[in-house]
Amino acid sequence: MVFEGIVFFVAAALAVGGALGIVLLQNAFYSVLALVGHLVALATLFLLLESAFVAAAQVVVYAGAVMVLYVFVVAYIGGGAAQMAPATGAVARLGPLFALAIFVELSLAILGSSLAALRTEGPPLPGAGAFGGPAQIGELLLSKFLIPFEAASFLLLVAAVGAVILAGRRRGLEEATDSDSGPAERADKVRERADQPARAEAGA
Amino acid sequence: MDAVWFVVLSALIFAIGAAGILTRRNPLVVLLCLELMLNAGILALVAFGRMHGSGDGAIFALMVMVVAACEVVVGLGLIVALYRRQVPIDVDQMAELRG
Repeated sequence: MVFEGIVFFVAAALAVGGALGIVLLQNAFYSVLALVGHLVALATLFLLLESAFVAAAQVVVYAGAVMVLYVFVVAYIGGGAAQMAPATGAVARLGPLFALAIFVELSLAILGSSLAALRTEGPPLPGAGAFGGPAQIGELLLSKFLIPFEAASFLLLVAAVGAVILAGRRRGLEEATDSDSGPAERADKVRERADQPARAEAGA
Repeated sequence: MDAVWFVVLSALIFAIGAAGILTRRNPLVVLLCLELMLNAGILALVAFGRMHGSGDGAIFALMVMVVAACEVVVGLGLIVALYRRQVPIDVDQMAELRG
């Protein structure tokens, strides 16, 4: 019991530290690495909640596949170009206050409910590996949640096709934008060309 | 461990993610902060699932993970397309679709 508490607080501190790292670090590459640490800490918390399958999926899918995608895009765009001054304006100044208000409000809602008064550790588990393991998840996915399972597979297919269409190199796009450019577009183009050396410097 | 601790932690992570979305200008970092908020939701779902002793929370968490993966794929595809068109990678300057 004491051991569980120690593991919880260490993992929670790592998760919050990773989250703060994502928000505060100025280089996008370091933000991605902070998210990897955050996700591993969250997987530890899932193990504390006896959800072994979700923890494994978190590490394999998120910290493995999705983060590799992020690292590739950051490397493609250039980590240096991502170093930008923090935002200015009313939204940026009021953002942390807004977040603090959300946290206080959610905490009041949680602590004001009778959640803490209940015995909320959950019912005793039937046996090792019976709860939250691949067997239980697989049975639920193929019986009770068959339609959401199929919908998720369709959603993944649509997202994959959409990403290929969005990011794929389209033949003839450059010629089209060169030929039919009005005065306003030409002014945009000049501004973009002026931006390009700055981007090259930032990427170097 | 009490499930309340996990839910309060998830609220804290959600608030940090919201602050990041409002204050950062790089769309890549905005996507990362969106991941933070989705992960806070997953943590709350798993905690409530454990509290009720059923596997439904874990299934819901896996579905949220699928949706998050789709969002990442489409979002990163958009960022790569913007980079190809040589649009500045800054959410404050991406105002062409605004009103």
